[in-house]
Amino acid sequence: MDYFLELFLGGLTRGSIYALIALGYTMVYGIIQLINFAHGEIYMIGAFVALIVAGICTIYGFAGISVLVLAAIAAIIYASAYGYTLEKIAYRPLRGAPRLSQLISAIGMSIFLQNYVLLAQTPDFLPFPSLIPEFAFMEPVAHIVGSSELVILMTTVITMILLTLLIKKTKIGKAMRATQQDMSMARLVGINVDRIISLTFVIGSALAAIGGVLVASYIGQVNFYIGFLAGVKAFTAAVLGGIGSVPGAVLGGLVLGWTESFAAGYVSSDYEDVFAFGLLVLILILRPAGLLGKARKQKV
Amino acid sequence: MAEKHKLLEVKGLTMDFGGLRAVDSVSLDVCEGEIAALIGPNGAGKTTFFNCVTGIYTPTKGDILLHPKGLDTRRLNGLKPNRVTEMGLARTFQNIRLFADMTVLENVMIGRHCRTKSGIFRSILRSKGVRQEEQEIVEVSYQLLKKVGLADFANEFAKNLPYGAQRRLEIARAMATDPFLLLLDEPAAGMNPQETAELDQLICKISEQDRIAILLIEHDMKLVMNISNPIYVMEYGKKIAEGSPQQIKDNPKVIEAYLGEETDA
Repeated sequence: MDYFLELFLGGLTRGSIYALIALGYTMVYGIIQLINFAHGEIYMIGAFVALIVAGICTIYGFAGISVLVLAAIAAIIYASAYGYTLEKIAYRPLRGAPRLSQLISAIGMSIFLQNYVLLAQTPDFLPFPSLIPEFAFMEPVAHIVGSSELVILMTTVITMILLTLLIKKTKIGKAMRATQQDMSMARLVGINVDRIISLTFVIGSALAAIGGVLVASYIGQVNFYIGFLAGVKAFTAAVLGGIGSVPGAVLGGLVLGWTESFAAGYVSSDYEDVFAFGLLVLILILRPAGLLGKARKQKV
Repeated sequence: MAEKHKLLEVKGLTMDFGGLRAVDSVSLDVCEGEIAALIGPNGAGKTTFFNCVTGIYTPTKGDILLHPKGLDTRRLNGLKPNRVTEMGLARTFQNIRLFADMTVLENVMIGRHCRTKSGIFRSILRSKGVRQEEQEIVEVSYQLLKKVGLADFANEFAKNLPYGAQRRLEIARAMATDPFLLLLDEPAAGMNPQETAELDQLICKISEQDRIAILLIEHDMKLVMNISNPIYVMEYGKKIAEGSPQQIKDNPKVIEAYLGEETDA
């Protein structure tokens, strides 16, 4: 039973990270129907910034959780700026262009950012300090769930609650929902749609940066290529849950995380991706719009 | 009688789509206190005309001038729709375009947001001022819903409303942006006679009580002849007539456009 619980909580942790990144994909897709392939790179940049800031903080004598917080804040600001700029230079000029052109622009930006970090930083794996301390009160259950997992879970849950409140309760959230449902009508009720799109990229990038910091600190290393795999997994989670749907991204992330965790635990860790993508195929056959996705009616 | 204050002045508006001239140098004015109507057979270019005025299309030629009372004249050509809305011009659509997955109240509130000041950060932090502002928006929105008779449905999803009510909700949402000129694209389309009669009253109420000028596209001749003056008639992109309901009724060109040419067979 302990083993099951361990896998369950491991999957939950992993899944919540996928969900955090998947939210960025799904929110952008919901508004401008673009798969932002450079989203994984934003996550990677977040992790790199956190590494740099953590290094600086350590030199100046900060320690423990305060380093994590400072590094995360820097990563969020930096990644948000990247997300904002990305939209402005790579996607906005193509608004109204065929979907394919935008997609190619996204892939181009993904390759560009990877290589930029490769050249500006290093092709090697860099060790990432474990910024999440071991809590004493977690000791009795440490064989099932560690302090890192706890911090990751708490952070993602809080972030998602804040995001939900933002979308449901605030004026900005309302404007985002309106833009998602009918962009040109949103303009006609006076919403500055361009600003809402920018904001969506900023929020998505901030979430990716949080994910980047947590994962890097958990796994203990970063390099320029980590964004690719994280991006593919999170994209899978978004599609699984129904791309465009915010609760769908969370559910998709969790389902993916559990599938991988249980497959690795009960079968073999070599097969976790086989199960994960096998599940994706299965769900797309049974429910093409994803778990919580709505089949869009094409208006004529 | 003193010259009435022109709110909207459109001069020689032309809109080409490739080789197709959808609107051909149409001029039209809407003055204060008026309910003007734009009529014409299907495909005459009426909706294209609306789309040019509200910033969805940038016209090929011509001027669209807005003369708000006590403010400078603004040229609307090429402005984005959200800027046009901010300047006090709102519209509804021929096919209903509500935010279907939002509540009735939210649909109206969202129209109001462009009139509020609080920026992104303040609204995320929900300071006292923001909450107060939000409260005011809710109150104004309720008033509008009362006006169109939908206050009881405030918390329903917009998509669950009956058709006629959805049309009225669209009008309430447009009103929430605080316009001085309202463009209604076939507000009575698909309505039964009773709903049309109610709409008739609603439009007059908006015109009289709220002092909002109205320009409407409509096929329901009874509605048009009852409430609007002047009437502009378009056919094949061109304006073929304008005048009072009586003048329009008697105009041979209009009769021809609607009923076909009389032949001496």
